[in-house]
Amino acid sequence: MHRDEIPPGTLYLLILKTLARSGEMHGYEIANSIQRISDDILQVEEGSLYPALQRMLVKGWVTAKWGTTAGNRRARYYQLTAAGRKQLNVEMSQFERVIGAITRVIEAV
Amino acid sequence: MDWLRELARRLRMLIHRRQFDAELEEEMRLHLELRQHEQLQSGMTEGDARAAARRRFGNTTYLKQESHIAWGWEWFENLAQDARYGLRMLRKSPGFSAVAVLTIALGIGATTAIFSVVDATLLHPLPYPQPEQLVSIEDDLPGVGAQDVGMSQPEWQDLQRSGIFEYVSPTWFDENNLTGSSQPARVRLLIVAPNYFALLAVKPQLGRAFNPGDHSPGLTPEVLISDGLWKRAFGGDPHILDRSIRLDTDLYRIVGVMPQGFDAPGRITEERNIEVWAATSFYGPPMSDHPPRSGRNLPTAVARLKPGLTIAAAQSRLEALVAALQKEFPEDYPKPSAWTVRLLPLKERVVGNIRQSLILLLGAVGLVLLIGCVNVANLLLARASARGREMAIRQALGAARLRLTSQLLTESLFLSLLGGIAGLAILFCTKGFLLRFVPDSLPRLNDISISWSVLLFALGASVVAGAIFGLAPALHAGRVDLTHSLKESARGSTGSGEQARSRRILVVIEFALSLVLMVAAGLLLRSFRDLVNVRLGFTPQNVMAVRTRLPFPNDPKTDTYATPAQEASFFRGLLRRSRALPRVEDAALGDTASIPLDESLRDLKLIAEGQFLFTVEGRDIQSDEPAVVERSSVTPEYFHLLNMPLLRGRPFDESDNDRAPQVAVINEAFARTYWPNQNPIGKRFRNARADSPWITIVGIIANARTESLAEAGVPKIYLDLYQTGGKRLAIFLRGHLDTAAIPDEVREQVQSVDPALPVFGAQALSDTVSASLSERRFSMEIVALFALIALLLAGLGIYGVISYLVSERTHEIGIRLALGAERRSILQMVLGQGLGLVIVGAAVGLVGAVVVSHLMTGLLYGVRPTDPLTFVVVALLLIGVALLACYIPARRALRVDPLVALRYE
Repeated sequence: MHRDEIPPGTLYLLILKTLARSGEMHGYEIANSIQRISDDILQVEEGSLYPALQRMLVKGWVTAKWGTTAGNRRARYYQLTAAGRKQLNVEMSQFERVIGAITRVIEAV
Repeated sequence: MDWLRELARRLRMLIHRRQFDAELEEEMRLHLELRQHEQLQSGMTEGDARAAARRRFGNTTYLKQESHIAWGWEWFENLAQDARYGLRMLRKSPGFSAVAVLTIALGIGATTAIFSVVDATLLHPLPYPQPEQLVSIEDDLPGVGAQDVGMSQPEWQDLQRSGIFEYVSPTWFDENNLTGSSQPARVRLLIVAPNYFALLAVKPQLGRAFNPGDHSPGLTPEVLISDGLWKRAFGGDPHILDRSIRLDTDLYRIVGVMPQGFDAPGRITEERNIEVWAATSFYGPPMSDHPPRSGRNLPTAVARLKPGLTIAAAQSRLEALVAALQKEFPEDYPKPSAWTVRLLPLKERVVGNIRQSLILLLGAVGLVLLIGCVNVANLLLARASARGREMAIRQALGAARLRLTSQLLTESLFLSLLGGIAGLAILFCTKGFLLRFVPDSLPRLNDISISWSVLLFALGASVVAGAIFGLAPALHAGRVDLTHSLKESARGSTGSGEQARSRRILVVIEFALSLVLMVAAGLLLRSFRDLVNVRLGFTPQNVMAVRTRLPFPNDPKTDTYATPAQEASFFRGLLRRSRALPRVEDAALGDTASIPLDESLRDLKLIAEGQFLFTVEGRDIQSDEPAVVERSSVTPEYFHLLNMPLLRGRPFDESDNDRAPQVAVINEAFARTYWPNQNPIGKRFRNARADSPWITIVGIIANARTESLAEAGVPKIYLDLYQTGGKRLAIFLRGHLDTAAIPDEVREQVQSVDPALPVFGAQALSDTVSASLSERRFSMEIVALFALIALLLAGLGIYGVISYLVSERTHEIGIRLALGAERRSILQMVLGQGLGLVIVGAAVGLVGAVVVSHLMTGLLYGVRPTDPLTFVVVALLLIGVALLACYIPARRALRVDPLVALRYE
């Protein structure tokens, strides 16, 4: 099945939105969640989640704490912070602006 | 505050970065395993599942690195890595490291030492609040060639009222006899206006200052004393306030003690170490009730500008005031004298004299540091060529050029910081020893310390030094030609042509810098030697001067030395007793201005005695402004005792007493200036004050350098002490004296005549003469030392380059020898290369030396800044050292065994 690369710059948005929807998640769950909800169309290079998550930790958008998975394995769970929620709004409106503009360009006669 | 929290997060990561990496690894492993498990469930084989999981995940190593970089510590980790690597490199070649670190340590240590002096004297503001508002006021009469002539009381009042200044205070340095403690003591007294301490904005540690609004006549009966006097004469008595002391038999009350370390802002040491401050408004007994405008009896003045006023703005307002006063009082300010008033930052008065010397020293030591840097750069380049292969391999394996360059720079900075630390350590250990070489006359000597600014300077100097000597090798490392160097090093040969060229340029720079420094040292040395060998015109050997002082009370009734006759009988008694002292062959008296070359009294002489405004009989007083001449009062024995030959006329004799008309002995220079081609004997002149008597010239003596070693013919007049009287006295003794016993012997004799007189300041005149050169000696010795170090470093530098060239060409030399080349031509070839470098260096250096020597003209005596002898000798010396340094490797080249050299391949 063909899978599309995600548009550049939207990885933060995807992670933020996923976390906002589901509360706590570890990296594998985030990757799966993005893939599932997009009906397997959006494919994140799964490893690239991790540098992105680190940058988000530095910026204070997410926090991380260690917990245990259903299979009783140690995993790091990420959670959105207040700053993260604010950032999600920023990214959303920015994304909508860009998409709207692109749509207008391609639909123009 | 978001960035602060972010910084905190980043820092936490930096501290726990091991744990962080482990956690990241675990997280990624979990991800891969979960994915693999999922694939297995969908029916893949184990191997395929693992591969698929990896494919979907991406490049783990790269992603780990990216995650790590996300925290922004990459630069720091690179630095730490470079530093670790640098340290390992240093430890691997201890000989090289020791030489490099030591060179830099000496350079930084010496530079920092000189800087600490510059920092304390030139850079630090004076230790008073708002020091930028403090000025010194100097009155000049350029029309008659007189500088800093002082002001009169009415002028002081004009300045006070001008609106330019917050406060103006004349200051008057004086000595006084303090009696009442165990031994009568001479104390340094500063007579000031009552606003003086308000002006400086300094409070006493005990008691109070004068009332700045006080304008009562005469001297206020209150004094403040220094911390030193308080501890020395009064044992630090906490109940000192309100205690009475007698100064020149007058009674004063102590109202305050100034804090420790408070120095008065004076030009000479004596003036800075004031012990007693007395206040007056400079009118009323013992001074005149209505001081005349023309009587410039207030020698110096300090002032604080109104807030917000710059010195330039104040100066232009002052000039308007001066012009108005000249118009208002034309009688007091005759046009030809061209009265002007100058404002000078007060700091300038304190340190202005030594600025040039200090800058010279800083420049010299900076050159030494620079030469040291060039040397280390040379060593580094030599090592870089040995490490050429390492660099090439690392680059071939994918190291970025920038990383290599920055790694080499880190290594250099590491070296220079180590050198800086070692230099500071040396400085800390030898601080006490070094300070002993600093002449006592240096202002703010006690402020010299290794302060934060000095430490910062050392750090900055180290970093700059490291950057300078690290730059050449670092740039080379970035420009390695891979194929070439890998092939080259495989052959065992080292270094590129470019590197060799850089090293030659460095040697040229080194020689040029050394030449500049050596020319400076040579010129100073010649100046100094000329000054030491100058014909003095008097004989200081076997002569001692001891000082005493007669009281000069404000209350004439208590004055036991009020009349010339009273003084004369004291003088006679003192001379008789002095002659009777053991081993004394001859004795004479004079005032303090008669002590030749006494630097410590320079200002006192000008203020109190030396400057003598006079007019000559038979000249039109209107057109002929009074001129200034040096003068001193002496007893008749003085000229014989100091071996100053009489050229014409007669010396003073018994007939010249207070009842006879005043007579003078003048020197040749004075005679030539005012009576050219005439016989001055019998001519008359007098003090410019209207009521003073005519003085007849009776004798002429040869010129002597009693005022300044550097000036041959300073006009000078001598008056008879029995006629002029005198309070500040010097007792001159000649003979094979016991210098240690003399002070006590003289004290006994003086105090047997009058037990209240202090005896102090015993000095052998030959010491006084050499002490007058102490500042010159100091800068000359230091510059000479620096020049020597520079020469040594330059020699080492060229030695290094030539040995390297020889070792590089061993193979070639072997072939030449095998083909029958003569050893002499090989020697010529090697020496020629060295000589070429030196000659280019010397040529560049000569140009620099001419510039520098012109800048230091003011410090020279008797030699022109382009003194050809100095230049030629220095250039030859440098070439000689270079040839010697080249000869050693050249000899090695000669001993090359063709067989060994060829097999060496």
